[in-house]
Amino acid sequence: MNEIQHGSHDPIGAVNGHDVITGKPIVPLGHHELRRADIDPKAAIRAERQVAAMFGLSSVLIVTSIIAFIVVPNDVLVILPLIGPVNANHISVGFSLGLGIFLIGTGAIHWAKKLMPDVEITEERHAFASSAEDKAAFGEAIREGKSASGIGERKIIRRSLLGSLALFPLPLIVFLRDLGPMPKTRLRETIWDKNIEILTDATYRPIRPEDIPIGGLVNAVPANLLKIEEEDGNLNERGKASIILVRMAPADIVSQQGQGWDYQGILAYSKICTHVGCPISLYQQRTHHLLCPCHQSTFDLADSGNVVFGPAARRMPQLPITVNEQGYLVAASGFKEPIGPSFWERG
Amino acid sequence: MALSRRHPAAIFAVLAVALGTTGAAYAAVSASTAPKSVVKSATQVEQGKSLFLEGCSSCHGLAAQGSSDGPSLIGVGSAAVDFQVGSGRMPLAGPGIQSEPGPVHYSDNEIAALAAYVASIGPGPAIPTQDMISTSGADLALGGELFRTNCSQCHSVSGKGGALSQGGWAPSLMKADPKEIYEAMVTGPESMPIFSDKTVTVQDKQAIIRYLQELQKQDSPGGAALGRLGPVTEGLFLFIVGLGALIVVAVWIGAKAK
Repeated sequence: MNEIQHGSHDPIGAVNGHDVITGKPIVPLGHHELRRADIDPKAAIRAERQVAAMFGLSSVLIVTSIIAFIVVPNDVLVILPLIGPVNANHISVGFSLGLGIFLIGTGAIHWAKKLMPDVEITEERHAFASSAEDKAAFGEAIREGKSASGIGERKIIRRSLLGSLALFPLPLIVFLRDLGPMPKTRLRETIWDKNIEILTDATYRPIRPEDIPIGGLVNAVPANLLKIEEEDGNLNERGKASIILVRMAPADIVSQQGQGWDYQGILAYSKICTHVGCPISLYQQRTHHLLCPCHQSTFDLADSGNVVFGPAARRMPQLPITVNEQGYLVAASGFKEPIGPSFWERG
Repeated sequence: MALSRRHPAAIFAVLAVALGTTGAAYAAVSASTAPKSVVKSATQVEQGKSLFLEGCSSCHGLAAQGSSDGPSLIGVGSAAVDFQVGSGRMPLAGPGIQSEPGPVHYSDNEIAALAAYVASIGPGPAIPTQDMISTSGADLALGGELFRTNCSQCHSVSGKGGALSQGGWAPSLMKADPKEIYEAMVTGPESMPIFSDKTVTVQDKQAIIRYLQELQKQDSPGGAALGRLGPVTEGLFLFIVGLGALIVVAVWIGAKAK
């Protein structure tokens, strides 16, 4: 019959009409087994009624969903087993409409499986390649077009056309370049600078060193953030400049990113993960570890913010801090390295 | 070794003796003519010290200076004792595990005595008064903002808690009472950092507590909340139930009719 047959009449993987792995008899191609509904008219009628019942029930449920939408109050909670408290309107509309649509599908499948013809059909596939005549005709059409247009003889037309075709992508390149202003130094800089006061996040109060006990954590922002309007990029600046302050016993500090960047054991670190930029303040005060909940990068804040676990490739940048004349914590300078995730030009 | 293998009932026997003697001592002292409150607090500290030596010093050291088994308690304040012992987190069930709330092993008087003793060895945060944890007039919106800024990174935005490193976890706050929440913020139990009254003021803490009380009252109008853990449980549910249902339907469609 075809290539997968070999030797006797066994297809590949079968010996003497039995599957070599399961040992079950192989049903020969072309064999068709009749269904109960094909033989027994009573079974056919039963199947017909089952399909009609599914469609009928579906109609009832769809009408029910409309009625439920209008009638069932949407401010009442009902408690269902396993699901718990749910809005009575939502559950009744959703259940009736969902089951109604589902029954249209099951009815159609049941109909197809039980009653529609299920004889196996072989469908021949057309060859993909064009016939030799079609190929020749196409070649002839090209040649005819070439000689009729005179592109071979009329050199001035040919050359001017080539020139315009070569130039037309140029505007695209110029326009694409202008999709937006270049980021310039914005990826490298934050609004932190020398003597910028450190404020508590959300309440915006200045912080004295003695306000933070050993083991303490403060989520903080720069004071000049409050002067930036939302339309001028307040959220962008907040996203870059957010820091955390932690205090540990000075003896616990193994190393810092710069000499004297702490203030009496208070360390300021960027809050933006160097992996993909999640804000992290998941600080565990006993181990001094800062854990990023997104991908479990862990930084040791007692040891220069170095990565001790996870996918982050760079240490957490530290902000040098000191106090001003009024005794409030301020930045001693801006960040000395770009904060947040790596970018192409970072180097 | 011998210490940890003593009979389980031994602690009660020793406790009973200690209580009996301190009780007798208390009765003897309070019968004297000295001003009652001063004497009471002095004996409370002494009672606390004997309770401490009996039940806590094996890990925290004889002078509460800490050891390899437990941190120093100098300067942790009475709030830490009230939080840890009052909720049954201490005494710890075993070494090296994270403490969890459980049956409380000391009476209220004993906890007060322990707290007085620990407060006497170094200044630290005191047990909050009723006024400090009252949430009437607290700013709910501010509480939500402060919770999302300072707490949600570990306890999750739903307050259901979350994973920390090295097998630790931030507990769920769904059953935490106002005093517990306040004490946890000022004392920083286990991995939790301290949020002092200077950076997160008493009013801020009241707002956070009010917000948490609202979270605790929230029900789930969408049905089963699946632990409010977000994509972890919801994804698992969809994988098993949703994909399972699709597979069942696909098998039914593909099965040959009889």
